[in-house]
Amino acid sequence: MRISAGERLANHLILLGFAVLAFAPIASIVITALSPRTGQVPGPHPENFVEAWRIGEFARYLQTSALVAVIVVVCALIASVLAGYAFGTMRFKGATVIYYLFLFGLMVPTEAIVIPLFFDLRTLGLTDTLAAIALPQIAQSVAFGVFWMRTQFRALPRSLTEAAAIDGAGPLRTLWRVLLPASLPALATLAVLVFMWTWNEFLIPLLMAPAGELRTAPLSLAIFKGQYTAENALLAAAAIIVAAPIVIVFLVLQRHFIRGMLEGASKE
Amino acid sequence: MIARQAVADRVPTEHRRGPGDRRPRSAPSAVVRSPLVPYLLVAPALLVFAGFTLFPLFRAAQYSLYSWSGIGPSTFVGLANYVDLAGDKRFREAMLHAFVLIIFYALIPLVLGLLLAAIQRRGSILGQPVFRTLLFLPQVVALVVVAVAWRQIFAPDGALNTLLRAVGLDALARGWLGEPVWALVAIGVIGTWLQTGLVMLLLLAGMNRIPDELYESARLDGAGPVQEFFAITLPAVRGEIVVSLVLTIIAALKTFDLVYVITSGGPGTATTVPSFEVYRRAIELKDVGSACAVAVVLALLIFAINLLVTRIGEAER
Repeated sequence: MRISAGERLANHLILLGFAVLAFAPIASIVITALSPRTGQVPGPHPENFVEAWRIGEFARYLQTSALVAVIVVVCALIASVLAGYAFGTMRFKGATVIYYLFLFGLMVPTEAIVIPLFFDLRTLGLTDTLAAIALPQIAQSVAFGVFWMRTQFRALPRSLTEAAAIDGAGPLRTLWRVLLPASLPALATLAVLVFMWTWNEFLIPLLMAPAGELRTAPLSLAIFKGQYTAENALLAAAAIIVAAPIVIVFLVLQRHFIRGMLEGASKE
Repeated sequence: MIARQAVADRVPTEHRRGPGDRRPRSAPSAVVRSPLVPYLLVAPALLVFAGFTLFPLFRAAQYSLYSWSGIGPSTFVGLANYVDLAGDKRFREAMLHAFVLIIFYALIPLVLGLLLAAIQRRGSILGQPVFRTLLFLPQVVALVVVAVAWRQIFAPDGALNTLLRAVGLDALARGWLGEPVWALVAIGVIGTWLQTGLVMLLLLAGMNRIPDELYESARLDGAGPVQEFFAITLPAVRGEIVVSLVLTIIAALKTFDLVYVITSGGPGTATTVPSFEVYRRAIELKDVGSACAVAVVLALLIFAINLLVTRIGEAER
């Protein structure tokens, strides 16, 4: 569409202004992270990152986060694919009712379930285990994953399954060799989303591992904040360390991710 | 953070089954003969979902009927916890704060998102992917990190006050998080910063669906950018407006991480919200029954909003 030069300039200025506002807090924390600590000489101090990494024990907590994320992503994806496969391509009694149960789960806020979950898991002696942190997140991701994979499998042409049947393939072989290869983009989107939700989750790891042995990265940042409130530079450096993995994943995949979001809506 | 529903609302409509599509009742699918197979496939997902979402939800309702400290015996008190909530000043304040936050989390981002998306829909934007990525970036970062960053910005010697003093507005500089009214506004501003990019992207998706011909004929009729926006763009994205409102209102109601890290509900009770009250009552006050009652009210509120918005969405079709 053609628009006037004046409007074009104004549009660019507005967008630029908001982009600066969106980026300013991020820039501000990077600058703070590089600034001198109390008693240090002026000038940039990249060694703040090394120091924050060391005293915050982030090597350990990032490892916990990565472990939790891998467990949640792998389990949620397997369970979602299997159930989505059944809902998307098979006829069975009760399918609609069970499916609506999953849809209902999309609306349940974490805040509503963590308290009873904590006390029930404590009774079972399961708090402070990886299972206590991972299972609730698998459950929440599965509600979305089942919905997502069902839609994907339903959108695939029937003839794929029928051709597989003529070749004598069983249900799992059909899923693995025919349907999954055709669903890789949808599967990748689901993996990125679940990874992001899990990495950034705060309330579940906060409650489920009270002993502090199994802290995830965002949680360790909150604890770090409590201990080093006065050292802005270190705190900022620690915040960047915790945010970096997910921001890098986003920046690498942002083109596909944003296009996926834009196209998803236009297909409605 | 992107809510799970965000993506759920933007999934293409599935292919409908035609009348000739029926297969024999005995076989669930062309490659499956045993009627047991679908249940086996659904079982892992259903088990973990039932055990770790449905059952705890049921337990929350059950716990909310008891008085219990988290250790030792509990006493059945019926609806007393809910009755207490109705008269609890702190809980009423938390609800009020949640509604104030809705203005910052949902309404302001909607207005800004509409402006930003409409500008991009009009086209000829240089570097549009860069703008989109920058505006969406706040959604990606963990809320704890967001909290740490903004806490430093709002600090008495933080970036905001430094900026105000640099432009000669010393009188406006203050300890933003130390004054009750400003602390809540500060949390709200962070919400606006967080949600605007998401709302913009959702609305842009809707606007991209509007055919160019509509705009062209409007221009032939002599419509300017503003008339064009109100006559064509705005009515076409009503659905996306509804979706973004649901998402951002729910986000406002669930602001836990920000409040926990930035203000812990303070100063006093100035920034407490329902989700923070759930945590505080259960863990700090050791009043599990009351915490679960708040949790149930919060869940019901979110269901109600979803239902209301779905109704509105259906009525419009």
